[in-house]
Amino acid sequence: MSALADAPRTAPQDNAGQGRILLSLPGIHCAGCISRIERDLGDHPGVQSARVNLTLKRASVDAAPGVTAAQLIDRLERLGFEAHELDPGILSRGASARQERDLLLRIGVSGFAMMNVMILSIAVWAGAEDATRDLFHLISAAIAIPTVGYAGQPFFRSALGALQGRRLNMDGPIALALILTVAISLYETLQSGAHAYFEAVLMLTFFLLVGRYLDHRARALARSAAQELAALEVPRALRLQGGAQAEVPVAELAAGDLVLVHPGAGVPVDGEVTEGRSEIDRSLLTGETLPVVAGAGARLSAGEVNLTGPLTMRVTAAGRDSSLHRMADLVAAAESARNRYTTLAERAARAYAPTIPLLSLGAFIAWMYVSGGDLRLSVNVAVATLIITCPCALGLAVPAVVTAASGRLFRKGLLIKDGTALERLAGVDTVVFDKTGTLTMGTPVPDNLDTHPEDALRVALALADASAHPLARALAAALRARGLTPASVDDLREAPGYGVEGHWQGMPVRLGRAGWVGAEHAATTGAYLGLGDETRSFTFTDALRPGAEEVVAALRDQGKAVWLISGDVAPAVEAMARRLGIENWCAGALPRDKAARIEALQAEGGRVLMVGDGLNDTVALSAAHVSISPASALDAARASSDMVLLGRDIAPVADAVRIAEASVRRIRENFWQSGVYNAVFVPIALLGWCTPLWAALAMSLSSITVTLNALRLR
Amino acid sequence: MDVLVILIPVSLLLGGLGLAGFFWTLRKGQYDDPEGDARRILNPDYDDAPAARDDDPR
Repeated sequence: MSALADAPRTAPQDNAGQGRILLSLPGIHCAGCISRIERDLGDHPGVQSARVNLTLKRASVDAAPGVTAAQLIDRLERLGFEAHELDPGILSRGASARQERDLLLRIGVSGFAMMNVMILSIAVWAGAEDATRDLFHLISAAIAIPTVGYAGQPFFRSALGALQGRRLNMDGPIALALILTVAISLYETLQSGAHAYFEAVLMLTFFLLVGRYLDHRARALARSAAQELAALEVPRALRLQGGAQAEVPVAELAAGDLVLVHPGAGVPVDGEVTEGRSEIDRSLLTGETLPVVAGAGARLSAGEVNLTGPLTMRVTAAGRDSSLHRMADLVAAAESARNRYTTLAERAARAYAPTIPLLSLGAFIAWMYVSGGDLRLSVNVAVATLIITCPCALGLAVPAVVTAASGRLFRKGLLIKDGTALERLAGVDTVVFDKTGTLTMGTPVPDNLDTHPEDALRVALALADASAHPLARALAAALRARGLTPASVDDLREAPGYGVEGHWQGMPVRLGRAGWVGAEHAATTGAYLGLGDETRSFTFTDALRPGAEEVVAALRDQGKAVWLISGDVAPAVEAMARRLGIENWCAGALPRDKAARIEALQAEGGRVLMVGDGLNDTVALSAAHVSISPASALDAARASSDMVLLGRDIAPVADAVRIAEASVRRIRENFWQSGVYNAVFVPIALLGWCTPLWAALAMSLSSITVTLNALRLR
Repeated sequence: MDVLVILIPVSLLLGGLGLAGFFWTLRKGQYDDPEGDARRILNPDYDDAPAARDDDPR
């Protein structure tokens, strides 16, 4: 990790002496994308090779040490693809990838063993007798016993672990069934008996391993997604020590240290400004879209962004005392309530796990009594019951659906971070949106350019180009998009915290705050242009996130109550609510207010989906029944939400709710299917009519129908 | 039934071959990007030097 911390934005070095950069590409979907991206990245100087993985929507690039991810991301954005950097240290073959390969190996071994034993068994079912049948059973035993010993290990280990903890999980009955079946089949073979269940035991192992593998894969994907996103930002600060600057991790700062914050950088810790003057964007903390002026003595909190001028600040609180940490405590308190959720699979397993051994024990005792102490017959019936009731289809019922659903959601650009999120999402009846950064892009767009003459616009463009302020940048981008060229303005100078000034045709011109330019302050967010004595105002609105209108409309069509809760001022929130057709809105909400509102909604029996991105949303995100945040959100917000929206478009949220409901419906259907199948076959097994042929047929039939039902998910 | 002496070893051998093939594909990382590999075949560019990825699946 230390090598990573030293160079978070450049390529880390590996043994071959070159850097590997990993990029997440949420927007790719076809062969054309692959070749365009690979060719374009290959053209970048210093890049040796680039390879796109469409399944994981990632590109891995081998490049010379000087190449940074930011350069490649820029290149891809120009090509029209959204890209985020990922942390290769976390993604490289970890324990999870090894486990996945291990499971695949076991599936392969049990699958091939099953095929071979099945060929031999078909001969037995077709009527092989005497020495031939015994020979076939012996060969089957020689294949099946080592296979079960190897492939069944995950079940044995998990059952043993549960027994040591004096619990009974689903693997207990499975392990019991595997061992008993192999034992009785071996005994029957040695006694030249007619029935051996070797193919059934291998089939059981195979199907259960497939279920286990799907489950593992879904979990591993979710876990790595959470990690790779969390690894994006390493919080660092520039500490001033005896006139020299040193970049240090935020964790090393102590109260009293002096920290330099460049324009455009985030404020790393809580503190007080000692020197400099600038404007501060607090939208991630409070949801306010208007920047706030900060001079000497102003208090800053971690998570705010410095906009125009360099600031020196004295750290007042670091580590446990900082506002960030206090927020984390609130989040932890809110989360403990949610962790009590039990999934459908857990509830099914709890009801089912003790039933299986009890039923087969009952069959054993009953047959001992009926047959007058025929041990061999009774054990045979008990084993047949065990095989039939074993939750083969049940093991597939949930993972197959979850895999299908998370695959669909991933293709729509949604990553599921938490295993139970899909089920929780299905029960949602109220959706709460944050405004800034969630329903809007958090970037302003000028809306009154047509009211100004071209000369003024060209001067404004020249002035705006000289500043890094978000309003100036937005103005410059919008003016350029109209095909305007900047006027020639001399003596350009930025006054941090105020604006930009210069001379145009001998006349002093200024672009900046109303008071500084000498203009009347308008009601909305604005920048002001002064041309000599004349003043003009540019007003801005926040650009709507693509898909915002669709997502609200779609959720209302689905009968959900939609809320807008924002920390921004009332007029801005009301305008947004009216524009999107949201009836319930509330403005000026502090982080605690947001969480309180959500708790109130949930106390009334609602189940709330919270969609938010800011630090002020984190408590609300953890308090809600289920939560989603965009990839552009802060670390803290992403960490406390259950799903992450990878693309810029927010419309997939409505699809996600629909798909979650459909998948929970499928899971229930699958449980019903296995239930019906058990209701039919358990009496047959109890009556002693269940031959190995029946067991094999019933098992594969139910597993296949359950899987097909899961694939029906659209 | 003498034919069994030949047929059973042959069937076991074929099964073993299949298993060995599966191990080989697994080791070569052929399940790392099933979707991308399925689409790459539609790509008009000819790949002269497909990347060797035997011991590094990602």
